[in-house]
Amino acid sequence: MKKWLAISTILAGGLMVTTANAADKFKACWVYVGPVGDGGYTYQHDLGRKEVEKELGDKVETKYLENVAEGPDAERAIEHLAREKCQIIFTTSFGFMDATIKVAKKYPKIKFEHATGYKQADNVATYNARFYEGRYVMGQIAAKMSKTGKAGYIVSFPIPEVVMGINSFMRGAQSVNPDFKLSIIWVNSWFDPGKEADAAKVLLGQGADILTQHTDSPAAMKIAEEQGKLAFGQSSDMIAFGPKAQLTSNTDNWGPYYVQEVKAAMDGSWKSHDAWDGMAQGAVVLSPFTNMPDDVKAMAEKSVADIKSGALLPFGGVITKQDGSTVGEAGKSLSDKDLNSMNWYVKGIDDKLPQ
Amino acid sequence: MLLRLEKRPEVSRAMRVLSPVIAIALTVITGAIIFALLGQPPLEALYVYFLDPLKWFWTQNPDDFWPLEQLCIKAAPLAMIGAGLSVCYLANIWNIGAEGQLTAGAILGGAIPVFFPQWQSPLTLITMLVLGMVGGMALAAIPAFIKNKFNASEILTSLMLVYVAQLVLDWLVRGPWRDPDGHNFPQTVPFTDWQALPQLGDSSIHLGVILAVIACLALALMMAKALKGYELRVLGAAPRAGRFAGFSRSGAVWFCFLLSGALAGLAGICEVMSTVGQLQPAISPGYGFTAIIVAFLGRLNPIGALVAALALALTYLGGEGAQVALGISDKIARVFQGILLFYILACDTLIFYRLRVAVGATA
Repeated sequence: MKKWLAISTILAGGLMVTTANAADKFKACWVYVGPVGDGGYTYQHDLGRKEVEKELGDKVETKYLENVAEGPDAERAIEHLAREKCQIIFTTSFGFMDATIKVAKKYPKIKFEHATGYKQADNVATYNARFYEGRYVMGQIAAKMSKTGKAGYIVSFPIPEVVMGINSFMRGAQSVNPDFKLSIIWVNSWFDPGKEADAAKVLLGQGADILTQHTDSPAAMKIAEEQGKLAFGQSSDMIAFGPKAQLTSNTDNWGPYYVQEVKAAMDGSWKSHDAWDGMAQGAVVLSPFTNMPDDVKAMAEKSVADIKSGALLPFGGVITKQDGSTVGEAGKSLSDKDLNSMNWYVKGIDDKLPQ
Repeated sequence: MLLRLEKRPEVSRAMRVLSPVIAIALTVITGAIIFALLGQPPLEALYVYFLDPLKWFWTQNPDDFWPLEQLCIKAAPLAMIGAGLSVCYLANIWNIGAEGQLTAGAILGGAIPVFFPQWQSPLTLITMLVLGMVGGMALAAIPAFIKNKFNASEILTSLMLVYVAQLVLDWLVRGPWRDPDGHNFPQTVPFTDWQALPQLGDSSIHLGVILAVIACLALALMMAKALKGYELRVLGAAPRAGRFAGFSRSGAVWFCFLLSGALAGLAGICEVMSTVGQLQPAISPGYGFTAIIVAFLGRLNPIGALVAALALALTYLGGEGAQVALGISDKIARVFQGILLFYILACDTLIFYRLRVAVGATA
């Protein structure tokens, strides 16, 4: 026992020096569902964390836990960071929602931010990005570029976020070509390169000549490149996987939001909220438009500018659903509440939404 | 030069007990080397990894108690399943499908909050726990039946049923059992009040931890003192002798599968009633498979399984600590578990065999 005591005192002494140096730094922490090197979703969040470090320099210290599974380990991982005296903690996956709420109750002084969830508390904010804005522009580009008038869409799970993306893409496409066709394949996974590649081949075989996806791997992009077809990237810029195939990529850009929130927590102005930023705030960024003629590029750039200014509303006006009923009113966008519980397709989509 | 393994005429009893200790010591030394290669101060890294979670023992600071609670919570399902598997493996019966039995237990027990969300009484808790065990037993009964009836390899059948159980759970939470207020996300309604495990005082230690300790003690007692334990030992070590003594092989298969299935199912329902709090596609980070390591690390002894479960839980917690304190990748925890298993197997081999260097000889 004595020996342990001696060893631990020496080591604890060593540790204390390091923490003393860091004491005046603000501590911001992240919990990631995947490894930081996944090249997609978690990678983009980690870029945001690095931007915080760059932007706020010596005033902050950042920490993260990667590869935290949604399940029994989530709550412990979050509480671990809370005990490490993190002052703001970002939990970046939907499955961390209840765990975040539970830990937040125990640590009322720490600020928590949960991505893509819907449960808030006094010290828990939620945040997400309006990815559907980018998808509208992608739909327009697809309708302009497709020779067969048909795109293929590889999707993960029928949650509102994903359904919203499909509808927005289709509305963009229909604004250019009212008869545009969309084939959809559900792969029931966020990341499964094998299944995504198979789905891509099937869609191309069915006559689609442009691929888009709401899954995270670059598999579909690679297939499009191999077969001389076109595709859109997802989450991160996938141009390296499809230099001749990628039209643009719908990228998550969390940096500006993270910087803003950490700053707010530092100066005490932080308040719980439900943030849903889009292109205007720089949260959704379309990577450079490539492999398309100048007129298509000009159209895409104009649409981006109009969405930013609010002149173009992807879910504006009266919208006809697949079953023929209508929602919305002229000149106004659907409410966020309607968007966040979307479980219907717009007219023209040839697929039955899994319920 | 040729290296040869030669069977030792006599196996040292002391070494049999010491082998896991030596393996752990070797793991720590290897760990220090790895940390040094990563450019981390090895002593500090080892402290963060293996001792920091345990510091309450010498600081006695109530604030340091939390990692110990987490250690117990993480170890509970591993110990529960590991103890059951120890009994199986000792009897030479190979249940590899504990992960599936865990899932089946969680599904059957989890049916209560899904179908009777309003039912809140102590009886709810007991019913869920019992159904959890029944679920695990039901899935474990399949390989046992096929083994006895057709002599099919229980290793394969039990393993394949893992995927069946996981896909059934996946289908349920995405389809019929999905929470109507859950925004289409794949999850059931949250388990509340009596549908969750009670906690000890204001700590986070829950009933499942206590059940795990009881299970390990009860099985250890059975193996040491009861006729059943003797029967299983004999059947495992010398099947022919067992038959002459009138012990039933098929009876042992049934007993082992139902017992280990019940414990895996109990572990499953305890997890969803505590750390997870609802049914969802991912309810276990592979506890049913890690428990196989636990069983061997614990020398196929239920008490040993308890100790081994704590040791493995420590590598998980230490891995998290090392990520936060030193910024070391989470892969290190997996590397440590791999190294530990490697040394255990190596030490075990060297207990039964000795290494002979034959110079210039042909085999």
